[in-house]
Amino acid sequence: MSEIEKGARVPVQLVLNGTAHTGFAESRMLLSDFLREVLGATDVHVGCEHGVCGCCTVLIDGVAARSCLTLAVQAEATTIETASSLASADGELNHLQAAFRKHHALQCGFCTPGILMSLTDLLRREPEPTRERVVDVVSGHLCRCTGYSGIIDAAMDAVNAGSPKT
Amino acid sequence: MSAPAPIEHAGLRPAGEGPHVGRALPRKEDAALLSGRGRFADDVAAPPGTLVAHVLRSPHAHAMIQRIDIKAALALPGVRAVITGDDIRKLSDPFLVAVKEPLPQWALAVERVRYVGEPVAVIVATSRYIAEDASELVEITYEPLPAIIDTREAMKEGAPLVHPEARSNAVGKRSFRYGDPETAFAEADAVVELTVEYPRNSFTPMECFVVVAEYRAHEQSYDVLSNFQGPFSAHPVMARALRVPGNRLRLRTPADSGGSFGIKLSVFPYIVLMGLASRIVGKPVKWVEDRLEHLLAASAGPNRVTNIAAAVKRDGRITALRMDQMEDYGAFLRAPMPGPLYRMHGASTGAYDIKNLSVSNTIVLTNKAPAGLIRGFGGPQLYLALERLIQRISVELGIDHIEIIRRNLIPGGVFPYKAAAGALYDSGDYPKAVEIALGSGRYDALVRRRNEARASGRHYGIGFAVVVEPGMSNMGYLSTLLPHAVRERTGPKNGAVSLATVNVDPLGAVTVTADAPVQGQGHATTLSQIVADQLGLDPDDITVNLEMDTQKDAWSIASGTYSCRFSPGTAVAAHMAAERIRDKLLRIAAKQLNVLPDDVELADGKARSRSNPDNALPFARVAGTAHWSPVMLPDGMEPGLRETATWCPPELEPPSRDDRINTSLTYGFVFDMCGIEIDPVTFQVRVDRYVSMHDAGSLLNPLLAEGQMKGAFVQGLASALYEEFIYDERGSFLTGTFADYLVPTAHEVPALELLHIESPSPFTPLGAKGLAEGNCMSVPACIANAIADALRVKEVPLPASPRRIHAILAGPEAKPPSTHTHAVAPSRGGRDITGRGSFDVKASPADVWHSLLDPAALKAVIPGCHSLELESENAYRADVSLGVGPVRGRFVAHVRLSDLELERSAQLSGDLAGALGAASGGGHVRLSPIAGGTRLDYDYTVTLSGKAAAVGGRLLDSAADIVIRKFFEGLARHMATPDTSAGERFLARFWRGLAKLLGGRA
Ligand code: FES
Ligand code: FES
Repeated sequence: MSEIEKGARVPVQLVLNGTAHTGFAESRMLLSDFLREVLGATDVHVGCEHGVCGCCTVLIDGVAARSCLTLAVQAEATTIETASSLASADGELNHLQAAFRKHHALQCGFCTPGILMSLTDLLRREPEPTRERVVDVVSGHLCRCTGYSGIIDAAMDAVNAGSPKT
Repeated sequence: MSAPAPIEHAGLRPAGEGPHVGRALPRKEDAALLSGRGRFADDVAAPPGTLVAHVLRSPHAHAMIQRIDIKAALALPGVRAVITGDDIRKLSDPFLVAVKEPLPQWALAVERVRYVGEPVAVIVATSRYIAEDASELVEITYEPLPAIIDTREAMKEGAPLVHPEARSNAVGKRSFRYGDPETAFAEADAVVELTVEYPRNSFTPMECFVVVAEYRAHEQSYDVLSNFQGPFSAHPVMARALRVPGNRLRLRTPADSGGSFGIKLSVFPYIVLMGLASRIVGKPVKWVEDRLEHLLAASAGPNRVTNIAAAVKRDGRITALRMDQMEDYGAFLRAPMPGPLYRMHGASTGAYDIKNLSVSNTIVLTNKAPAGLIRGFGGPQLYLALERLIQRISVELGIDHIEIIRRNLIPGGVFPYKAAAGALYDSGDYPKAVEIALGSGRYDALVRRRNEARASGRHYGIGFAVVVEPGMSNMGYLSTLLPHAVRERTGPKNGAVSLATVNVDPLGAVTVTADAPVQGQGHATTLSQIVADQLGLDPDDITVNLEMDTQKDAWSIASGTYSCRFSPGTAVAAHMAAERIRDKLLRIAAKQLNVLPDDVELADGKARSRSNPDNALPFARVAGTAHWSPVMLPDGMEPGLRETATWCPPELEPPSRDDRINTSLTYGFVFDMCGIEIDPVTFQVRVDRYVSMHDAGSLLNPLLAEGQMKGAFVQGLASALYEEFIYDERGSFLTGTFADYLVPTAHEVPALELLHIESPSPFTPLGAKGLAEGNCMSVPACIANAIADALRVKEVPLPASPRRIHAILAGPEAKPPSTHTHAVAPSRGGRDITGRGSFDVKASPADVWHSLLDPAALKAVIPGCHSLELESENAYRADVSLGVGPVRGRFVAHVRLSDLELERSAQLSGDLAGALGAASGGGHVRLSPIAGGTRLDYDYTVTLSGKAAAVGGRLLDSAADIVIRKFFEGLARHMATPDTSAGERFLARFWRGLAKLLGGRA
């Protein structure tokens, strides 16, 4: 890996929700800041920057990851998916999103994009997870509004309705 | 006026025909939020050229600010200003305070810091990264003072004073007496007493504070966007601080807000701070709080100590209550504090029919972060004390807990009911709600579970809690803290003005705005249901915009989203505004349909004749008339279609001469019942079953109502078992990350069984009451009661962490036997790190001694040392880089050598301060000659505060022991190497050890 001089801004190229982007970042810039501030992806939410809350979760090459614990330069040449990629182009919600709405699995919606991405990762890999498995995955996120039960019910509902359209 | 009988139903009413109000309609808000298209404060574009602010905070709980040197920070490229308390004092006034004692607070600390995390300076720069870099270059010299943390200690004579000008840490004392409590206590068969402590915590919304402020010099006005939540009574407080009339502080709130739970009221000092920062730099300034700042200093619910006593008859009837409440607000009393002490005042007797009452309230100041609004707002504190007392009465009288509740509940059929301290309970049937919850085998099943568990030796307990849940506060309640004579002088305060506007445009499209900023409750959906019903439209046809703009929208001091004022307040105003629009449309349509207004109805998007439904006009056509063809309007009717309704119910009267106050408009009822078991190995409290019965009047949208209850339940659970802001006795804050401050995850949350009955409120047209706070109030009490039942103990400290449960079960811990070994492992108390030991070096005492006093030698060996100067004899100032975990910071260290006994012993003391926090410590080194060298004996204590203590705690916990042991073992080895003198080696290692303690890579 090449060295980047302190303070220098280097180009970072990645594919965000199907579109190729190039932006400039200092080596210390967090991926969460890069996505929000440089690429304008405000669906990436920042709740702690300590890696605990899960609000900033995105899929990096298909794997759920905390963008606040990733440097922008580490995301060079990756493919990133965020919550705004889930609904269809005309705004139709996918199974998982629709189940969230039905079960009132969100209130303020600040934690929601991150949780959706973790569950998207789960349901792609394990289309029929048990309830315990879903609780396990959701427990990687903090939600202060809902008390979680609606989120778990929604995820199980999406499991039963078939995997989400992606 | 008598209240209608409650409607009983299991579960929720099904969606279907009939009005939209009352249906479990999914939310309009969801599609955008689920697609990442929320518009939160940090997502809204700021004007080009907006600068970014970073707040530099005090690492000390209590200290005088001696000097702030901003030169180096200002020199960093990209830094535009470094603002300190002196700048702020010139441009603004202190915030208004509710008590007469002098407790001045500006937006930045002036002269003195009073809690860890208090804002001391603001750095404004072109990016957040640069502003944070610069914060390490601001050099602040503090003179630390003794801090006071414990609430009861703070009230004692001689305690360090948080505000010396106030002459005491106990302010704003008041006593109240209703009925004849003295006689009741004198004639009681028994008096049951208890002291209960409610802990300090917060409900930490996932989105932190955001402020974008622009000072407009040519108008001398401030234009601010912030995720502020209200109450807007804080707006005059901000405007006064900024020295402008209200119309020159334009405050806007964004379309979405990432939760609030009361907390985002406390962004208001930062609104003022960033407004001033913008004025100073001449550019818009944006500030986004980070999580550490939020946990450290955003807000907290006040912790409370209550001495509570009941006069009881042999049969368990309570004849009088006595409460002595001491509420700890931290370092400042910010408006509208001390709200939590008074918000419940009228309802101090809870759900019980108790006529005699005495209450005394004290506001206590300590060196903790200032308290503010928080969901529950005084209710959790009150009910923990009251409901624990009820359980104690059952234990002391030997009567079942549920029997004590039954014998004291306010009976059905007596509503509206005037409670002893003045609350006018609007409706309900408490005994009925309780019996329904206990019924269907629910209580029997819990008793069976307990019997089985106890038979096999397990700790299982059943708890109950009964709560009267206030909704929509009387703006006059806080004036209860003033004596009647003062209230007479200053004029009465009362009421709660709610405002909503319905607008119909020329094409008949309907928009609603209202005085309740978004936090996530789904108010837009509920308002669309209410308005759709009046106008015969579908909720999807209604656009609701809850962004607020104080220069353009209708608002009053009660505006905001707090204290469950939406359902009894804003929702009613929207209903009234929609009714007026409806009436206007009926009259317009009647003229066009050629019928009487009484014969017209709005339904299915049409205005039509009831008697002849074919005689109809599209809604849009009728509405359009008011815009396009005023000539066609009935005589005297104003053109246009916009109505703003104001709702201020008459029941919210000012406090009476004898201090009775109807603190809220509606009073819901909550009855909780739970079974818990204590894990014999982990000492964790496991909730086995939790049942919660609610009577919140008419439910406007049961789906959303249950969402609020489930959310409140988990926050109540968090208060009972997990969350607590922890300070050590010196005031260092120890819970600065979500790994230290434990928010429950999906794993920790048990199932909740919700039950409802509906006793519509007779005091509001919609019959709906507040409902989002009850479980925050009931759950801590219910779980504490279950723990008391399981362990058969009187005192249940919250949060009931495994450590605390273990302490109860294990009894007082025996002191470990003291041992004398060659090197004793370091130990920690709070954030103190102490250790001692000895080792031998192959150098003469004279050589070792020499190096210890030689600055050049010192500089060479201190890791990360940029400079070292001799400040005075045997006193050094060093500039060093150290790190905490992955974060590195620059520090200024002062080290003094004292009590020098030539070549024999020295005392080392010093401190270290920087943006990451502060450390101070001392040690003692003794040199004694041994064969072939010198033996060094040492001991030291290092105390951490600030960021290092708040976030480094866990690292230190696990690592300190290993690191220090290794360090001294290594030290003894390395002192023997010939190339450096022993003294250099010793000090190098001492510094390196300190660096490692801070988690750095020395
Ligand atoms: S913001 Fe990344 S985990 Fe919290
Ligand atoms: S919905 Fe608000 S934090 Fe989860």
